[in-house]
Amino acid sequence: MKSNPVIAINHLYKSFGKLEVLKDFNLKLFEGENLVLMGKSGSGKSVMIKCLVGLMEADKGDIKVLGKDISKLKQNELDELRTKIGFLFQGSALYDSMTVRQNLEFPLRRHSHNTEKKTEELVKEALANVGLPDTIDLMPAELSGGMQRRIALARALILKPKIIIYDEPTTGLDPITAKEIILLMMNIQKKYATSSLIITHDVDCARVISNRMILLLEGKDYAEGNFKDLATSKDPKIKAFFK
Amino acid sequence: MGNKSLLLVSVTGFILGLVFTLQSRPTLLEFGAVSWMPSMISISIVREIGPVIIALICAGRIGSSIGAELGSMKVTEQIDAMEVSGTNPFRFLVVTRILAATCMLPILVIVGDFVALIGSALIENIKGDVSFTLYFNQVFEALEFTDLLPATIKTFFFGFAIGLVGCFKGYNSKKGTAGVGKASNSAVVFTSMLLFILDFIAVFITDIFYN
Repeated sequence: MKSNPVIAINHLYKSFGKLEVLKDFNLKLFEGENLVLMGKSGSGKSVMIKCLVGLMEADKGDIKVLGKDISKLKQNELDELRTKIGFLFQGSALYDSMTVRQNLEFPLRRHSHNTEKKTEELVKEALANVGLPDTIDLMPAELSGGMQRRIALARALILKPKIIIYDEPTTGLDPITAKEIILLMMNIQKKYATSSLIITHDVDCARVISNRMILLLEGKDYAEGNFKDLATSKDPKIKAFFK
Repeated sequence: MGNKSLLLVSVTGFILGLVFTLQSRPTLLEFGAVSWMPSMISISIVREIGPVIIALICAGRIGSSIGAELGSMKVTEQIDAMEVSGTNPFRFLVVTRILAATCMLPILVIVGDFVALIGSALIENIKGDVSFTLYFNQVFEALEFTDLLPATIKTFFFGFAIGLVGCFKGYNSKKGTAGVGKASNSAVVFTSMLLFILDFIAVFITDIFYN
Protein backbone atom coordinates (compact mmCIF):
# COMPACT_ATOMS: atom_id res chain seq x y z
CA MET A 1 0.00 0.00 0.00
CA LYS A 2 1.47 3.32 -1.05
CA SER A 3 1.66 6.29 1.31
CA ASN A 4 0.04 9.62 0.54
CA PRO A 5 1.56 11.38 -2.43
CA VAL A 6 3.85 14.31 -1.66
CA ILE A 7 3.14 15.65 -5.13
CA ALA A 8 -0.16 15.09 -6.92
CA ILE A 9 -0.80 16.63 -10.32
CA ASN A 10 -4.25 16.07 -11.78
CA HIS A 11 -5.51 16.92 -15.26
CA LEU A 12 -2.92 19.60 -15.91
CA TYR A 13 -3.26 21.73 -19.03
CA LYS A 14 -0.86 24.39 -20.24
CA SER A 15 -0.63 26.04 -23.61
CA PHE A 16 1.25 28.93 -25.16
CA GLY A 17 -1.02 30.56 -27.70
CA LYS A 18 -2.20 27.77 -29.95
CA LEU A 19 0.56 25.42 -28.87
CA GLU A 20 -0.79 22.95 -26.33
CA VAL A 21 2.19 21.75 -24.30
CA LEU A 22 0.44 19.81 -21.53
CA LYS A 23 -2.91 18.10 -22.15
CA ASP A 24 -4.45 16.27 -19.23
CA PHE A 25 -1.15 15.44 -17.57
CA ASN A 26 -1.22 13.47 -14.31
CA LEU A 27 1.54 12.56 -11.89
CA LYS A 28 1.89 11.31 -8.34
CA LEU A 29 5.11 11.23 -6.37
CA PHE A 30 5.03 9.16 -3.19
CA GLU A 31 7.10 9.60 -0.07
CA GLY A 32 10.65 8.28 -0.33
CA GLU A 33 10.40 7.29 -3.97
CA ASN A 34 12.52 8.21 -6.98
CA LEU A 35 10.18 8.99 -9.84
CA VAL A 36 11.73 9.55 -13.25
CA LEU A 37 9.86 11.58 -15.81
CA MET A 38 11.13 11.00 -19.32
CA GLY A 39 10.18 12.88 -22.41
CA LYS A 40 11.62 14.21 -25.63
CA SER A 41 13.05 17.72 -25.82
CA GLY A 42 10.21 20.19 -26.04
CA SER A 43 7.68 17.71 -24.69
CA GLY A 44 6.79 19.99 -21.79
CA LYS A 45 8.87 18.53 -18.95
CA SER A 46 10.32 21.87 -17.92
CA VAL A 47 6.94 23.57 -18.27
CA MET A 48 5.47 20.94 -15.98
CA ILE A 49 8.06 21.47 -13.25
CA LYS A 50 7.76 25.24 -13.56
CA CYS A 51 4.02 24.87 -12.96
CA LEU A 52 4.79 22.52 -10.09
CA VAL A 53 6.90 25.06 -8.19
CA GLY A 54 4.70 28.00 -9.07
CA LEU A 55 7.08 29.66 -11.54
CA MET A 56 4.37 29.32 -14.17
CA GLU A 57 0.62 29.25 -13.88
CA ALA A 58 -1.25 26.27 -15.31
CA ASP A 59 -4.30 26.87 -17.49
CA LYS A 60 -6.30 24.08 -15.88
CA GLY A 61 -5.88 21.27 -13.40
CA ASP A 62 -4.66 21.09 -9.86
CA ILE A 63 -1.26 20.68 -8.31
CA LYS A 64 -0.90 19.61 -4.72
CA VAL A 65 2.49 19.67 -3.03
CA LEU A 66 2.67 18.22 0.48
CA GLY A 67 -1.12 18.37 0.54
CA LYS A 68 -1.35 22.05 -0.41
CA ASP A 69 -2.96 23.26 -3.60
CA ILE A 70 -0.32 25.66 -4.92
CA SER A 71 -2.77 27.73 -6.97
CA LYS A 72 -4.60 28.68 -3.77
CA LEU A 73 -1.56 29.68 -1.75
CA LYS A 74 -0.66 33.29 -0.96
CA GLN A 75 2.84 34.41 -1.94
CA ASN A 76 4.24 34.02 1.59
CA GLU A 77 2.66 30.54 1.91
CA LEU A 78 4.10 29.56 -1.46
CA ASP A 79 7.55 30.83 -0.41
CA GLU A 80 7.26 28.80 2.79
CA LEU A 81 6.29 25.68 0.82
CA ARG A 82 9.18 26.23 -1.60
CA THR A 83 11.66 25.90 1.26
CA LYS A 84 10.53 22.27 1.52
CA ILE A 85 11.41 21.64 -2.12
CA GLY A 86 14.99 21.42 -3.33
CA PHE A 87 15.47 22.22 -7.00
CA LEU A 88 18.49 21.27 -9.07
CA PHE A 89 18.49 23.29 -12.27
CA GLN A 90 19.82 21.93 -15.53
CA GLY A 91 22.42 24.68 -15.78
CA SER A 92 23.13 24.59 -12.01
CA ALA A 93 21.96 28.24 -11.69
CA LEU A 94 24.56 29.15 -9.08
CA TYR A 95 24.61 32.87 -8.26
CA ASP A 96 27.71 33.84 -10.18
CA SER A 97 28.45 37.01 -8.22
CA MET A 98 28.67 35.02 -4.98
CA THR A 99 31.25 32.54 -3.70
CA VAL A 100 30.31 28.92 -3.08
CA ARG A 101 29.97 29.75 0.63
CA GLN A 102 27.60 32.66 -0.09
CA ASN A 103 25.59 30.53 -2.51
CA LEU A 104 25.01 27.96 0.21
CA GLU A 105 24.42 30.52 2.94
CA PHE A 106 21.84 32.38 0.85
CA PRO A 107 18.82 30.11 1.59
CA LEU A 108 19.97 29.56 5.17
CA ARG A 109 20.14 33.27 5.96
CA ARG A 110 16.71 33.87 4.46
CA HIS A 111 14.83 30.98 6.01
CA SER A 112 16.50 30.01 9.26
CA HIS A 113 17.77 31.84 12.29
CA ASN A 114 21.02 30.02 12.86
CA THR A 115 24.07 31.46 14.55
CA GLU A 116 27.11 32.21 12.39
CA LYS A 117 28.79 29.09 13.76
CA LYS A 118 25.82 26.87 12.96
CA THR A 119 25.54 28.37 9.45
CA GLU A 120 29.22 27.64 8.85
CA GLU A 121 28.74 24.06 10.07
CA LEU A 122 25.74 23.50 7.80
CA VAL A 123 27.60 24.88 4.79
CA LYS A 124 30.59 22.65 5.48
CA GLU A 125 28.33 19.63 6.00
CA ALA A 126 26.52 20.29 2.71
CA LEU A 127 29.84 20.60 0.88
CA ALA A 128 31.14 17.41 2.50
CA ASN A 129 27.97 15.61 1.36
CA VAL A 130 28.79 16.42 -2.25
CA GLY A 131 32.51 15.74 -1.80
CA LEU A 132 33.72 19.28 -2.41
CA PRO A 133 34.81 20.68 0.97
CA ASP A 134 37.74 22.65 -0.50
CA THR A 135 35.70 24.77 -2.86
CA ILE A 136 34.08 26.90 -0.14
CA ASP A 137 35.77 30.18 -1.08
CA LEU A 138 35.82 29.71 -4.85
CA MET A 139 33.60 31.50 -7.33
CA PRO A 140 31.25 29.37 -9.49
CA ALA A 141 33.20 30.40 -12.62
CA GLU A 142 36.27 28.68 -11.18
CA LEU A 143 34.50 25.31 -11.02
CA SER A 144 33.96 22.67 -13.72
CA GLY A 145 30.44 21.84 -14.94
CA GLY A 146 30.30 18.71 -12.77
CA MET A 147 31.50 20.59 -9.70
CA GLN A 148 28.93 23.32 -10.29
CA ARG A 149 26.20 20.68 -10.47
CA ARG A 150 27.39 19.23 -7.13
CA ILE A 151 27.45 22.64 -5.47
CA ALA A 152 23.96 23.33 -6.84
CA LEU A 153 22.89 20.01 -5.31
CA ALA A 154 24.44 21.01 -1.99
CA ARG A 155 22.50 24.29 -2.14
CA ALA A 156 19.27 22.45 -2.97
CA LEU A 157 19.81 20.23 0.06
CA ILE A 158 20.90 22.78 2.60
CA LEU A 159 17.40 23.43 4.00
CA LYS A 160 16.83 19.67 4.27
CA PRO A 161 13.89 19.61 1.84
CA LYS A 162 11.31 16.84 1.76
CA ILE A 163 11.21 16.78 -2.03
CA ILE A 164 14.00 17.27 -4.54
CA ILE A 165 13.33 18.04 -8.17
CA TYR A 166 16.18 17.32 -10.54
CA ASP A 167 15.93 18.96 -13.95
CA GLU A 168 18.16 17.00 -16.35
CA PRO A 169 20.83 16.33 -13.68
CA THR A 170 23.28 14.62 -16.03
CA THR A 171 22.80 16.64 -19.20
CA GLY A 172 25.99 18.17 -20.56
CA LEU A 173 28.25 16.08 -18.34
CA ASP A 174 30.77 13.45 -19.43
CA PRO A 175 29.76 9.82 -18.65
CA ILE A 176 32.06 9.51 -15.63
CA THR A 177 30.87 12.75 -14.02
CA ALA A 178 27.27 11.84 -14.88
CA LYS A 179 27.72 8.53 -13.05
CA GLU A 180 29.19 10.36 -10.04
CA ILE A 181 26.18 12.68 -9.95
CA ILE A 182 23.80 9.72 -10.11
CA LEU A 183 25.62 8.00 -7.22
CA LEU A 184 25.48 11.23 -5.27
CA MET A 185 21.73 11.50 -5.86
CA MET A 186 21.27 7.93 -4.62
CA ASN A 187 23.37 8.55 -1.51
CA ILE A 188 21.42 11.69 -0.73
CA GLN A 189 18.13 9.86 -1.13
CA LYS A 190 19.35 7.19 1.29
CA LYS A 191 20.74 9.66 3.81
CA TYR A 192 17.83 12.13 3.91
CA ALA A 193 14.95 9.87 2.75
CA THR A 194 13.80 12.55 0.35
CA SER A 195 11.25 12.03 -2.41
CA SER A 196 12.80 12.76 -5.78
CA LEU A 197 11.30 13.77 -9.08
CA ILE A 198 13.92 13.39 -11.77
CA ILE A 199 13.39 14.89 -15.19
CA THR A 200 15.74 13.30 -17.67
CA HIS A 201 16.17 11.75 -21.06
CA ASP A 202 19.28 9.88 -19.95
CA VAL A 203 18.24 6.20 -20.08
CA ASP A 204 21.21 5.09 -17.95
CA CYS A 205 20.29 7.59 -15.26
CA ALA A 206 16.67 6.40 -15.34
CA ARG A 207 17.70 2.74 -15.15
CA VAL A 208 19.94 3.21 -12.12
CA ILE A 209 17.90 5.62 -10.09
CA SER A 210 14.20 5.10 -10.80
CA ASN A 211 11.71 3.25 -8.63
CA ARG A 212 9.01 4.21 -11.07
CA MET A 213 8.86 6.04 -14.39
CA ILE A 214 6.40 8.16 -16.31
CA LEU A 215 6.78 8.83 -20.01
CA LEU A 216 5.60 12.23 -21.15
CA LEU A 217 4.40 12.13 -24.72
CA GLU A 218 2.17 14.52 -26.63
CA GLY A 219 1.57 16.48 -23.45
CA LYS A 220 0.20 13.46 -21.57
CA ASP A 221 1.47 10.90 -19.11
CA TYR A 222 1.60 8.33 -21.87
CA ALA A 223 2.93 5.37 -19.91
CA GLU A 224 3.83 4.51 -16.34
CA GLY A 225 5.69 1.64 -14.73
CA ASN A 226 9.10 0.51 -13.57
CA PHE A 227 12.12 0.72 -15.84
CA LYS A 228 12.05 -2.95 -16.81
CA ASP A 229 8.38 -2.90 -17.80
CA LEU A 230 8.76 0.17 -19.95
CA ALA A 231 12.09 -0.83 -21.48
CA THR A 232 10.61 -4.14 -22.63
CA SER A 233 7.34 -2.66 -23.88
CA LYS A 234 6.24 -3.56 -27.39
CA ASP A 235 4.65 -0.14 -27.97
CA PRO A 236 6.78 1.55 -30.68
CA LYS A 237 6.31 4.98 -29.08
CA ILE A 238 7.67 3.67 -25.77
CA LYS A 239 10.41 1.68 -27.47
CA ALA A 240 11.66 4.87 -29.11
CA PHE A 241 12.68 6.20 -25.70
CA PHE A 242 14.97 3.27 -24.96
CA LYS A 243 16.78 2.94 -28.30
CA MET B 1 27.55 50.99 -7.92
CA GLY B 2 28.33 54.53 -6.77
CA ASN B 3 31.94 54.18 -5.68
CA LYS B 4 32.83 52.26 -8.83
CA SER B 5 31.49 55.13 -10.94
CA LEU B 6 33.30 57.81 -8.96
CA LEU B 7 36.49 57.82 -11.05
CA LEU B 8 34.56 57.89 -14.33
CA VAL B 9 32.34 60.70 -13.10
CA SER B 10 35.30 62.68 -11.75
CA VAL B 11 37.34 62.36 -14.96
CA THR B 12 34.30 63.26 -17.08
CA GLY B 13 33.47 66.24 -14.85
CA PHE B 14 37.04 67.49 -14.85
CA ILE B 15 37.35 67.33 -18.65
CA LEU B 16 33.90 68.90 -19.00
CA GLY B 17 35.05 71.86 -16.89
CA LEU B 18 38.31 72.20 -18.84
CA VAL B 19 36.72 72.00 -22.28
CA PHE B 20 33.73 74.18 -21.46
CA THR B 21 36.00 76.93 -20.14
CA LEU B 22 38.48 76.65 -23.03
CA GLN B 23 35.67 76.84 -25.59
CA SER B 24 33.85 79.74 -23.94
CA ARG B 25 36.92 81.88 -23.19
CA PRO B 26 37.59 83.32 -26.68
CA THR B 27 33.97 84.44 -27.13
CA LEU B 28 33.79 86.04 -23.70
CA LEU B 29 37.16 87.72 -24.32
CA GLU B 30 35.81 89.14 -27.57
CA PHE B 31 32.95 90.81 -25.71
CA GLY B 32 35.12 91.82 -22.77
CA ALA B 33 33.04 89.62 -20.50
CA VAL B 34 35.68 87.15 -19.36
CA SER B 35 35.10 88.15 -15.71
CA TRP B 36 31.68 86.51 -16.02
CA MET B 37 33.33 83.19 -16.69
CA PRO B 38 32.96 81.67 -13.15
CA SER B 39 29.30 82.62 -12.85
CA MET B 40 28.44 81.50 -16.38
CA ILE B 41 30.26 78.17 -16.05
CA SER B 42 28.92 77.42 -12.56
CA ILE B 43 25.28 78.17 -13.43
CA SER B 44 25.48 76.15 -16.67
CA ILE B 45 27.14 73.19 -15.00
CA VAL B 46 25.08 73.09 -11.83
CA ARG B 47 21.71 73.75 -13.44
CA GLU B 48 21.92 71.70 -16.58
CA ILE B 49 25.11 70.32 -18.10
CA GLY B 50 26.43 68.56 -14.99
CA PRO B 51 23.26 66.60 -14.10
CA VAL B 52 22.51 65.63 -17.70
CA ILE B 53 26.05 64.64 -18.74
CA ILE B 54 26.70 62.71 -15.52
CA ALA B 55 23.31 61.01 -15.69
CA LEU B 56 24.08 59.97 -19.28
CA ILE B 57 27.50 58.65 -18.23
CA CYS B 58 25.80 56.72 -15.40
CA ALA B 59 23.13 55.40 -17.78
CA GLY B 60 25.98 53.88 -19.79
CA ARG B 61 27.92 52.67 -16.78
CA ILE B 62 25.21 51.66 -14.29
CA GLY B 63 22.14 51.09 -16.49
CA SER B 64 23.96 48.76 -18.85
CA SER B 65 25.59 46.93 -15.97
CA ILE B 66 22.23 46.35 -14.23
CA GLY B 67 20.63 45.28 -17.52
CA ALA B 68 23.43 42.84 -18.32
CA GLU B 69 23.66 41.45 -14.78
CA LEU B 70 19.94 40.80 -14.36
CA GLY B 71 19.67 39.63 -17.97
CA SER B 72 22.37 37.03 -17.48
CA MET B 73 20.79 35.97 -14.17
CA LYS B 74 17.49 35.56 -15.99
CA VAL B 75 18.82 33.45 -18.87
CA THR B 76 20.92 31.24 -16.60
CA GLU B 77 17.87 30.61 -14.37
CA GLN B 78 19.48 32.28 -11.33
CA ILE B 79 16.36 34.40 -10.83
CA ASP B 80 14.20 31.25 -11.00
CA ALA B 81 16.55 29.58 -8.51
CA MET B 82 16.10 32.51 -6.15
CA GLU B 83 12.32 32.37 -6.49
CA VAL B 84 12.24 28.60 -6.00
CA SER B 85 14.33 28.97 -2.84
CA GLY B 86 11.50 31.07 -1.39
CA THR B 87 13.14 34.48 -1.85
CA ASN B 88 11.33 37.25 -3.66
CA PRO B 89 13.81 38.14 -6.45
CA PHE B 90 11.99 41.38 -7.20
CA ARG B 91 12.59 42.65 -3.69
CA PHE B 92 16.12 41.27 -3.49
CA LEU B 93 17.42 42.24 -6.93
CA VAL B 94 15.23 45.02 -8.30
CA VAL B 95 14.24 47.16 -5.32
CA THR B 96 17.80 47.29 -3.98
CA ARG B 97 19.25 48.35 -7.34
CA ILE B 98 16.65 51.04 -7.97
CA LEU B 99 17.15 52.42 -4.46
CA ALA B 100 20.92 52.41 -4.88
CA ALA B 101 20.73 54.20 -8.24
CA THR B 102 18.24 56.76 -6.89
CA CYS B 103 20.39 57.55 -3.87
CA MET B 104 23.78 57.49 -5.59
CA LEU B 105 23.12 59.62 -8.64
CA PRO B 106 22.61 62.93 -6.76
CA ILE B 107 25.88 62.32 -4.89
CA LEU B 108 27.72 61.52 -8.11
CA VAL B 109 26.31 64.64 -9.76
CA ILE B 110 27.42 66.83 -6.85
CA VAL B 111 30.92 65.32 -7.04
CA GLY B 112 30.96 65.66 -10.85
CA ASP B 113 29.82 69.30 -10.70
CA PHE B 114 32.45 70.16 -8.12
CA VAL B 115 35.25 68.50 -10.10
CA ALA B 116 34.05 70.27 -13.27
CA LEU B 117 34.34 73.61 -11.45
CA ILE B 118 37.85 72.69 -10.34
CA GLY B 119 38.72 71.98 -14.00
CA SER B 120 37.27 75.29 -15.04
CA ALA B 121 39.12 77.11 -12.23
CA LEU B 122 42.35 75.48 -13.33
CA ILE B 123 42.00 76.86 -16.87
CA GLU B 124 41.11 80.31 -15.54
CA ASN B 125 44.12 80.12 -13.24
CA ILE B 126 46.47 79.22 -16.08
CA LYS B 127 45.02 81.41 -18.83
CA GLY B 128 43.48 84.30 -16.93
CA ASP B 129 45.62 84.45 -13.82
CA VAL B 130 42.52 84.11 -11.65
CA SER B 131 43.23 82.55 -8.25
CA PHE B 132 41.20 79.53 -7.09
CA THR B 133 39.89 81.55 -4.14
CA LEU B 134 38.65 84.36 -6.35
CA TYR B 135 37.16 81.90 -8.85
CA PHE B 136 35.21 80.02 -6.18
CA ASN B 137 34.15 83.24 -4.46
CA GLN B 138 32.53 84.31 -7.73
CA VAL B 139 31.01 80.86 -8.18
CA PHE B 140 29.32 80.97 -4.76
CA GLU B 141 28.16 84.52 -5.37
CA ALA B 142 26.56 83.54 -8.65
CA LEU B 143 24.88 80.36 -7.47
CA GLU B 144 21.56 80.61 -5.65
CA PHE B 145 19.43 78.14 -3.79
CA THR B 146 17.04 78.11 -6.75
CA ASP B 147 19.88 76.83 -8.95
CA LEU B 148 20.84 74.00 -6.62
CA LEU B 149 17.50 72.67 -5.40
CA PRO B 150 15.69 71.82 -8.68
CA ALA B 151 18.94 70.50 -10.17
CA THR B 152 19.44 68.16 -7.21
CA ILE B 153 15.83 67.04 -7.09
CA LYS B 154 15.82 66.06 -10.74
CA THR B 155 18.91 63.89 -10.25
CA PHE B 156 16.88 61.66 -7.90
CA PHE B 157 14.45 61.09 -10.76
CA PHE B 158 17.35 60.50 -13.17
CA GLY B 159 18.77 57.88 -10.79
CA PHE B 160 15.36 56.25 -10.39
CA ALA B 161 14.96 56.10 -14.19
CA ILE B 162 18.42 54.54 -14.66
CA GLY B 163 17.72 51.86 -12.04
CA LEU B 164 14.17 51.19 -13.19
CA VAL B 165 14.91 50.84 -16.90
CA GLY B 166 18.06 48.76 -16.30
CA CYS B 167 16.15 46.39 -14.01
CA PHE B 168 13.12 46.19 -16.31
CA LYS B 169 15.18 45.40 -19.39
CA GLY B 170 17.39 42.89 -17.57
CA TYR B 171 14.55 41.19 -15.70
CA ASN B 172 12.58 40.71 -18.90
CA SER B 173 15.43 39.66 -21.16
CA LYS B 174 14.84 36.57 -23.29
CA LYS B 175 16.50 34.45 -25.95
CA GLY B 176 19.79 33.50 -24.30
CA THR B 177 23.03 35.43 -24.39
CA ALA B 178 21.94 37.51 -27.38
CA GLY B 179 19.03 38.68 -25.22
CA VAL B 180 21.47 39.80 -22.51
CA GLY B 181 23.34 42.04 -24.97
CA LYS B 182 20.07 43.39 -26.27
CA ALA B 183 18.80 44.08 -22.73
CA SER B 184 21.97 45.94 -21.83
CA ASN B 185 21.95 47.94 -25.04
CA SER B 186 18.28 48.86 -24.94
CA ALA B 187 18.61 49.82 -21.25
CA VAL B 188 21.17 52.48 -22.22
CA VAL B 189 19.27 53.70 -25.28
CA PHE B 190 15.90 53.89 -23.54
CA THR B 191 17.33 55.48 -20.38
CA SER B 192 19.19 58.13 -22.39
CA MET B 193 15.99 59.10 -24.15
CA LEU B 194 14.06 59.07 -20.89
CA LEU B 195 16.66 61.31 -19.22
CA PHE B 196 16.15 64.05 -21.82
CA ILE B 197 12.37 63.81 -21.43
CA LEU B 198 12.67 63.96 -17.63
CA ASP B 199 15.08 66.88 -17.94
CA PHE B 200 12.63 68.78 -20.12
CA ILE B 201 9.81 68.13 -17.61
CA ALA B 202 12.03 69.24 -14.72
CA VAL B 203 13.07 72.44 -16.50
CA PHE B 204 9.46 73.13 -17.46
CA ILE B 205 8.24 72.71 -13.87
CA THR B 206 11.13 74.78 -12.49
CA ASP B 207 10.29 77.52 -14.95
CA ILE B 208 6.66 77.56 -13.76
CA PHE B 209 7.73 77.86 -10.11
CA TYR B 210 10.59 80.33 -10.37
CA ASN B 211 9.75 82.50 -13.34
